[in-house]
Amino acid sequence: MKIVVCVKYVPDATADRTFNASDRTVDRTSVPGLLSELDEHAIEAALTLAEAHGANVTALTVGPSDAAAAVKKALQMGADAGVHVVDDAIHGSDAIASSLVLAKALQKLGEAEPVDLVMCGMASTDGGMSVVPAMLAERLGYAQLTFAASVEVSGDVVRIRRDAETATETIEAKLPAVVSVTDQANEPRYPSFKGIMAAKKKPVQTWSLADLGVDASAVGLGAAWSSVVSYDARPPRQKGTIVTDDGSGGEALVRFLAEQKFV
Amino acid sequence: MSEILVVVDHADGAVRKTTTELLTIARRLGAPSAVFIGRGYEQAKATLAAFGAQKVYVLEQPELSDYLVAPKAEALAQLCERLQPAAVLLTSSPEGKEIAGRLAIKRESGLITDAVDVVTGDDGAPVTTQSVFAGNYTVQAKVTRGCPIITVKPNAATPEPAKAQPVEEKVEVTISEAAKAARVVDRTARERTGRPELTEASIVVSGGRGVGSAENFTVIEALADALGGAVGASRAAVDAGWYPHAYQVGQTGKTVSPQLYIAAGISGAIQHRAGMQTSRTIVAVNKDPEAPIFDMADFGVVGDLHTVLPQATEEIMRRKGQ
Repeated sequence: MKIVVCVKYVPDATADRTFNASDRTVDRTSVPGLLSELDEHAIEAALTLAEAHGANVTALTVGPSDAAAAVKKALQMGADAGVHVVDDAIHGSDAIASSLVLAKALQKLGEAEPVDLVMCGMASTDGGMSVVPAMLAERLGYAQLTFAASVEVSGDVVRIRRDAETATETIEAKLPAVVSVTDQANEPRYPSFKGIMAAKKKPVQTWSLADLGVDASAVGLGAAWSSVVSYDARPPRQKGTIVTDDGSGGEALVRFLAEQKFV
Repeated sequence: MSEILVVVDHADGAVRKTTTELLTIARRLGAPSAVFIGRGYEQAKATLAAFGAQKVYVLEQPELSDYLVAPKAEALAQLCERLQPAAVLLTSSPEGKEIAGRLAIKRESGLITDAVDVVTGDDGAPVTTQSVFAGNYTVQAKVTRGCPIITVKPNAATPEPAKAQPVEEKVEVTISEAAKAARVVDRTARERTGRPELTEASIVVSGGRGVGSAENFTVIEALADALGGAVGASRAAVDAGWYPHAYQVGQTGKTVSPQLYIAAGISGAIQHRAGMQTSRTIVAVNKDPEAPIFDMADFGVVGDLHTVLPQATEEIMRRKGQ
């Protein structure tokens, strides 16, 4: 089985994230970056499946040169190989263009041996749209099984369980498939010392858009099908009244709720 | 007037409140047409008319209900090709966003997700507002190619009734075999709580690590019930197994934007703030006066939630009794 995990390098969510004033894209330089925390769950799920069934796991990222760190972390956790698509023309791409580049890279990865399973996190921690897995399934013609709380493969069938809006669902499809996993799926492993050493010897390929046969004019800020008109920092919330419970804190709370007409 | 498609969010014909919000927004942008996909149209009919749908396209083929999002995206793509609407609005649920993502690629159209407001811009095209980076920024955006496909978060508008007599049209679409690749083999409905849906509720009471145990969540539930609100939980409480994941508020759970959010025993880590920062009024109860949640609270009580909340519940019941 061949599994490819799509991973994203994102600005640290605990830092003060902002935009580039010049082109209103996400600032990916002034804030430290890291592998999107939610993608670690996808890597863990892929490694667990590989341990159970035997599989080659490749980590794939699209992003600026720093994004190589996301692939490196995946290799340290135990992925077998990495691919980093990097090209200046990609800067400012929307989810639609990003999914195009990922899909082309997945097709190229599938030339030697078909990709059976594409795994993703449930969302990136920066854009947070949760649409790329569905877009990849659309572009590749793969079955889509998203927001998995657990994943199993038996033979050529993949089965997930997920908490949908009003029900718990079990969804099944024949491979190949795109599966996204939630943070409920597992507890991602920490890279071991051995894993960190071994990662240094693992193959990482760096591809440009030309390597994928993607025209530079099809991606990037200029080709985005939506654009940011303006952005504003939300004014910090005014700190309100804080009282210390002296035995009547609950009553004080209700007085506030009544003033605000909630009671 | 230009036609705005509103994809109806429903459970077997029971129309969700978000759809009435979308119809209200669509009326600002043009003439709303509802697209009803699945079973139960007879039940949905009256609500769609009451909120101003000028037309209703009804798509009832069984394949549209039996599989997941792929057939719905195919159906909408075919409808969009024929109608050339000025915009398509969907609910910003996981399913709504996935349908929108697939539709955007099929129709080569721009996509904006998680809008908290949509207005008509100077050039007549929709301009959206989104809340990003855990609610620290608001962004105005527009679609620059094709038909704008926009998913809108619950509580983005107050539903305003506007009686209409919609023209109904039954629509047949072609569903490919590929779209039926993934199928639901088992569905276990969650026990109904009788409380409003978390993402739609105008009042949410959430419990965190400070609740201390699964049993103690009854304190949270009692206050929620006294206020007619929904119950939420922080990731810490969910990870501890005290409350089901379906009720998690935060980055990896639900994003809520109610009129009133009460956080009890929740410190207010960024992952949690991302899910509730846009709430109108925030109330916090926490033993730790240094908890970051107090920095964003309109009202806070430094104290033990196990005594403050029951007292508040009792006081509400007493006032109601008068």
